[in-house]
Amino acid sequence: MIRVRGLNKRFGRLQVLRDLDLEIEPSRVTAILGPNGAGKTTLIKSILGLVKPDAGEIRVGGVRVNGDGAYRRDIGYMPQIPRYPENLTVEEILHMIQDLRGQFDDLDTELVDAFDLGPQLRKPFKHLSGGTRQRVSAVIAFLFRPRILFLDEPTAGLDPVASSALKDKILRERAAGRTIVLTSHVMSEVEELADMVVYILDGTVQFEESVTGLLERTGEPNLERAMARMMLRVVA
Amino acid sequence: MNTLKITKYQLKDAARSKWVVLYALFFLAATDALFRFGGTGERVVLSLMNVVLLVIPLTSIVLGAMFLYGSREYIELLLSQPIERRTLFHGLFAGLALPLASAFAVGVAIPFLYHGAFSGAATTPLLLLLGTGVLLTVIFVALAFIIALATDDRIKGLGIALAVWLFLATAYDGIVLAIIHLFGEYPLQKPVIVLSLLNPVDLGRILLLLQLEASALMGFTGAVFRRFFGSGLGAVITTAALFAWLAIPFALGRRAFARKNF
Amino acid sequence: MATERVAGRRRSRRSGRSSRPTADRVAARLAHHGMVSILTLGFTAGSLAAQDVVVGPAGPYTTVTAALEAAEPGARVRILSGTYREGPIRVRKPVRIEGVDWPVLDGGHQGSVLIIEADDVEVRGLRIRNSGVSFVDDHAAIRVDGGNRCVVDGNRLEDNFFGIYVARSEGCRITDNVVRASGDREASSGNGIHLWNARDVRVARNQVRGHRDGIYLEHVRRATIEGNHCEGNLRYGLHFMFSHETEYSGNVFRSNGAGVAVMYSRSVRVADNVFEDNWGATAYGLLLKDISDSEVVGNTFRRNTTALHSEGSDRLEIRGNRFERNGWAVRVLASSQGNRFTGNDFIDNTFDVTTNSRRNYNHFEGNYWSAYRGYDLTGDGVGDVPYRPLRLFALIVERTPEALALLRGPFVDLLDVAERVLPAITPETLVDASPRMTEVTR
Repeated sequence: MIRVRGLNKRFGRLQVLRDLDLEIEPSRVTAILGPNGAGKTTLIKSILGLVKPDAGEIRVGGVRVNGDGAYRRDIGYMPQIPRYPENLTVEEILHMIQDLRGQFDDLDTELVDAFDLGPQLRKPFKHLSGGTRQRVSAVIAFLFRPRILFLDEPTAGLDPVASSALKDKILRERAAGRTIVLTSHVMSEVEELADMVVYILDGTVQFEESVTGLLERTGEPNLERAMARMMLRVVA
Repeated sequence: MNTLKITKYQLKDAARSKWVVLYALFFLAATDALFRFGGTGERVVLSLMNVVLLVIPLTSIVLGAMFLYGSREYIELLLSQPIERRTLFHGLFAGLALPLASAFAVGVAIPFLYHGAFSGAATTPLLLLLGTGVLLTVIFVALAFIIALATDDRIKGLGIALAVWLFLATAYDGIVLAIIHLFGEYPLQKPVIVLSLLNPVDLGRILLLLQLEASALMGFTGAVFRRFFGSGLGAVITTAALFAWLAIPFALGRRAFARKNF
Repeated sequence: MATERVAGRRRSRRSGRSSRPTADRVAARLAHHGMVSILTLGFTAGSLAAQDVVVGPAGPYTTVTAALEAAEPGARVRILSGTYREGPIRVRKPVRIEGVDWPVLDGGHQGSVLIIEADDVEVRGLRIRNSGVSFVDDHAAIRVDGGNRCVVDGNRLEDNFFGIYVARSEGCRITDNVVRASGDREASSGNGIHLWNARDVRVARNQVRGHRDGIYLEHVRRATIEGNHCEGNLRYGLHFMFSHETEYSGNVFRSNGAGVAVMYSRSVRVADNVFEDNWGATAYGLLLKDISDSEVVGNTFRRNTTALHSEGSDRLEIRGNRFERNGWAVRVLASSQGNRFTGNDFIDNTFDVTTNSRRNYNHFEGNYWSAYRGYDLTGDGVGDVPYRPLRLFALIVERTPEALALLRGPFVDLLDVAERVLPAITPETLVDASPRMTEVTR
């Protein structure tokens, strides 16, 4: 589904991505893990075309990412910090994205109800709380039923109700055959949602394995411990 | 198509923003005050000229940079949609320059309307003033884009924006004056004209002066100067240079936007 | 030198009162002159009792020359409608020449058309065209040479080298003529109304257009130039030199190549004229060079590059004029002293006052300055803060004209403000201590 070959990116003196190779399988949930500054967000942004890599090749669904934005029609993105024009209402923002995509029907509005966003729809964005902004952002990511979803720390800032609703949604969409890539710091969440784990450190993929495989290989009771063991091994 | 859509939502946002309203009110109050103290439309245009040449570059470059820094995440979100960067740039640019330019134009034009000075002797100078103001808005919004895209540190970016404004709006003239003073013995007409063409604020000023106060400019004894200011040539060259100022920062801004890592 | 300057300044301070007699003297002289012309008029009218001589295509006389030959002194020569091509026509006896239905005298581009050599000749209602053009001789439509008390009234002069040329003459009246030429080069174009070595002349209500100078005076004494309209002449609308005790009033000088120049004369009164739209590096509304003891009163200067330029001119009374939207309203060069500017309006000029000197020997008082930003708390119509009309920038431009490119830039405006707050470079005495809060002339 997504293939990354020899990706390099340098910001000033900092080499953020270093010959990074990665393959993300379709119809699975892949969690990209790694410490802060490891290059997770840069990797996702590279795939989205937000960051221009210095070298390497990215293919999404077989199409090479090279500046033409059409492939993003298949992608839904939920960023870490969502921001929209301050004075537009939630309704207007939703409409704007539909307008830009030119897609007004066959919309997935499940999350609007799940998050109980109805009362917030007419509020301007600047009056929304952090959690509500996050929920709006999630709604937009799923709205167009994209084949691929990038969710950057999707549950951060959400209350348990919304968080559970979102996780349910992710699992439902996975079952529906969508490819989902997410980052998270919460290992229990990753264990609950992800099929695959990609661990990035210093700009390269250190290991890439299925969650079940990891648990088996390390013999640990949960992903958090399994990851801890693997990370120690990487450092050593 | 998408450019227009982005612009449309930007405008919707801007229309509700207090900045734009304040900006329009500022020009409205200034123009109205000048009418109440000064009188005739032409005189008001002349007095407004100084305000326009100082305030528009400042506001455009500072608000422009602030907007871009404030919209980083929004731009990222839009870029994750199936939209080309060029399209987004055009949409954002128009969405920023248009409200600023129209706030200025509306703020100035309304007092002219209700003081009954819109049509008549002041029409041409007023239209020229509005045109120059709009051009300066676009130029300085483009400069704001270049600056805000060049540095991610917003304090640094705003500092650079202020410095650019200070330089172009005032310090530049001081330097020109110093050059004139130091090299007074040499033929300076051509260098001075060229120096003026290199600064969009000076350009706008000269373009307005050619219409408003040619009487003084015509009094210059130098042949080059007189040919430049006295004939249509001056207006043509200044307009051309102003459009170059329009095109070049715009193109540079677009290039920076196309290459930017968000 | 120093004592002289001090004396000059003192005199200028006092001249508020001492100038009154000057003005009265000028007025008295003019009144006298007016009476003289009325008397002459009565005399000429009374002596014209002889029979008429008629010229027409069908006779009795078919040429003006023949008719003049036959006419008795004091006769009326009536020229009927038609075109007469006779070469120069000389008038050697006192006659009244009157055109009936605009006869045309065509000079055929040879010499002058009508040459008046006798006293008491009147010319009315003629249409004269195509005098010769010469670089040596001053050919004119009507040339008065030595004839006194001539009257040139209500003629139309078209495409002549000179229009009306008066030399060595006294008591002539030139009124209500329309003088037009389509000259495009100064060298091939003469003056509209040209007076040389004449006395007691009255030039009134003429329209002069397209000549080199509209009205030209040299070595003329006691002339009155009033109500004329000089527009679109190649050089000066009015140009005169060495012509004392003259008055110019109620004239309009518009869009002439170089405006109006008044030079080397004393006791001149310039009143109630309009100087308008005189553009260009060397164009002046009114150029005063070496003029003394004169008055410039009640004139309107509008949209001139330089409205009033004073050079080597002393003891001028410049009062009640309106300077509006000029590049430079008043330019007083350092060689001018003891001039008084009072009760004038300075409205929306780029530069109200400029000088090439850091000293000032002229007096400004009670003028209205549209650029004045003072206040009048005492409510007496006079600003409580003195006004300094000379901008620092004006001095800079005077020194290095290229600086003009910075006009109205924030930087030079800032300089001006600084100079106004802390005057360091502009002359301390160039100040209007009692600026008016409202316009004087309206």
